[in-house]
Amino acid sequence: MRIVVLVKQVPSTDKVKMDEKTGTMVRSAMEAELNPLDLYAVEEAVRVKEKIAGTEITVISMGPPNATYAIREAIAMGCDKGVLLSDKVFSGADTWATARTLSSGLEKLGQFDLIFSGERATDGETGQVGPSVAAQLDMPALTYVSKIREIGDGRIVVERAVEEGHEVVESSLPAMVSVVKEINEPRMPNLMGKIRARKTEVTVMTAQDVGLDSSKAGLTGSPTRVVKVFYPSLSRNGTIVDGKDPEKTVEKLLQFLKDKALV
Amino acid sequence: MKTSEGKFQGVWTLGEQRDGEISSVSYELLAWGRELADKRGTTLASVILGHNIKEKAESLVHHGADIVYVVDHPGLEHFAPDVHAAILEKLVREFMPEIFIASATTYGRTVMPVLAAKVETGLTADCTELDIDQETGLLIQTRPAIGGNVMATIKTPDHRPQMSTVRPRSKKPLAKDESRKGKIIVKEYPDELYVSKVKFIEFIKDETTALPIQEAEIIVSGGKGLKDVKNFTLVHELADLLNGSVGASRQAVDMGWIPYSHQVGLSGKTVSPRLYISAGISGAVQHIAGMSSADVVVAINNDPDAAIFKVCDFGIVGDALEILPVLIERLRERKTINVKGES
Ligand SMILES: Cc1cc2nc3c(=O)[nH]c(=O)nc-3n(C[C@H](O)[C@H](O)[C@H](O)COP(=O)(O)OP(=O)(O)OC[C@H]3O[C@@H](n4cnc5c(N)ncnc54)[C@H](O)[C@@H]3O)c2cc1C
Ligand SMILES: Nc1ncnc2c1ncn2[C@@H]1O[C@H](COP(=O)(O)O)[C@@H](O)[C@H]1O
Repeated sequence: MRIVVLVKQVPSTDKVKMDEKTGTMVRSAMEAELNPLDLYAVEEAVRVKEKIAGTEITVISMGPPNATYAIREAIAMGCDKGVLLSDKVFSGADTWATARTLSSGLEKLGQFDLIFSGERATDGETGQVGPSVAAQLDMPALTYVSKIREIGDGRIVVERAVEEGHEVVESSLPAMVSVVKEINEPRMPNLMGKIRARKTEVTVMTAQDVGLDSSKAGLTGSPTRVVKVFYPSLSRNGTIVDGKDPEKTVEKLLQFLKDKALV
Repeated sequence: MKTSEGKFQGVWTLGEQRDGEISSVSYELLAWGRELADKRGTTLASVILGHNIKEKAESLVHHGADIVYVVDHPGLEHFAPDVHAAILEKLVREFMPEIFIASATTYGRTVMPVLAAKVETGLTADCTELDIDQETGLLIQTRPAIGGNVMATIKTPDHRPQMSTVRPRSKKPLAKDESRKGKIIVKEYPDELYVSKVKFIEFIKDETTALPIQEAEIIVSGGKGLKDVKNFTLVHELADLLNGSVGASRQAVDMGWIPYSHQVGLSGKTVSPRLYISAGISGAVQHIAGMSSADVVVAINNDPDAAIFKVCDFGIVGDALEILPVLIERLRERKTINVKGES
């Protein structure tokens, strides 16, 4: 089986500090990491590989040259190959152009049975790239997958975590699967994995390499335009009361809720 | 599609149904749609795909639609992403709406990116604010990103339709008006179009009768400060009394006190309830990312310096294990009094 995992490098969020006055994020100490929600996609791919002999996993990312870091992290967890789509013309891409670029890269790399993606990236938070890649490659988009029940013989049975429960569906392969956190517990890479990750060469491809017309890539190829960015103040300056006397405190709380017509 | 490909007109909303019933998010979306259509001076249409749904389409008119496009077929009983997107593509190419919005539910967030890829247009995810630019007539889409720390305003200048998904509960539905008249257009397509690569097998419904947290009006959330799973039942009790749903911090989820579907935050769900009560939650940025758009936030934490107090409207510095039982008791009393008062 040939598997692809889409991974994105994002700014680290555990390093994020809040500015106490403005209630906004201090983004000076920005470091990059593999999108935390993509770890689950990588882990699930590795689990499929452990189940089905002869499986090979390619990790692919579109991003700046240093995004090889995220790719190596995935290789350390057990993926086999790394591909980075990196080119100046890719920059400023929205989800449409990102998906278009990723799918051009994937078409160049051959046929795949299964594409994994994370539920969403913690920076853009759209969750659109996975399903868009599926559409570009004409595969069904199996989103919000919380469990793979069965896989093999050209088919997959998955559980999807939707609003009121879990929907179980069967799909033919190839298919795109975006996973939610519930699906597994990602492993820590072991020493061997880390060594392998360091040794594995990450293939870098440009727009020309993937045969993508630059008018379909990056900012030029993006239908959407960010016209304004602003930092909302999150702080609310609420009333803070001392709760040493629970009875009195609850009285005050109930009064507050009544004033707001909430009880 | 490019703007140059023809005349694009009208605002569309994507209706949603579960088990043949139109979901309330469809009506919220119509309230957004109505506002946009009026500002743009155009008509509002809603699209609904399903099986045995035809008879229900009228209620979309009662909630603000001028036109309803209905596609009713046994093949649409369950959500097949490829088929739903293919039908929407047909409709969009035939009727060429200028704006097409859907709810940011698992349905909207799956079918809309596929559709946008197929018709080659932009899609703005999880908007909390929509407006029409008075000068250009373009849709102004505003959405939080990077955990709600940044708001971005996005336009789709040269492609049509301008598409976005809209966060549930970001607007109240319009009051139902049964005297409203509208046009219901039933579209039919050849049977091949309904053949999916995805086959429905079964649905495992959540035990709880509470609304999923993304749609809840009231959420009571618990964190690590509740110390153990036994105390976490206080959160459930309070939520029940308030007819709300239960949320949790990642720590509480990681501890196994409650399933992941209840996690609020950056790697969980983003919620916008009218009331968010947090107990024993520190208010890490990743948690705040998921709840900062709540109307009213109440926080209970025993550490006066906890970050949650900066983002709350009413904060109690105290022991949640003492406060919650009293609150529950008071609410129970009120309930019994109310019941007695009625009889
Ligand atoms: C990439 C990434 C993504 C993340 N995503 C999320 C996410 O989606 N959602 C999320 O919630 N977190 C997320 N986190 C984790 C987040 O950073 C915090 O670790 C987490 O929110 C803390 O949960 P908590 O507030 O329950 O626990 P703690 O931080 O341990 O806080 C417990 C609080 O309870 C208080 N307390 C203790 N005893 C009592 C008592 N008796 N009565 C009242 N108060 C008491 C304490 O003072 C403390 O403030 C993420 C982290 C990372 C790195
Ligand atoms: N630049 C990228 N390169 C590779 N995969 C990506 C990229 N952007 C997004 N993805 C994948 O798509 C998922 C959803 O991302 P997003 O739509 O940005 O929220 C991520 O979890 C990744 O699996």
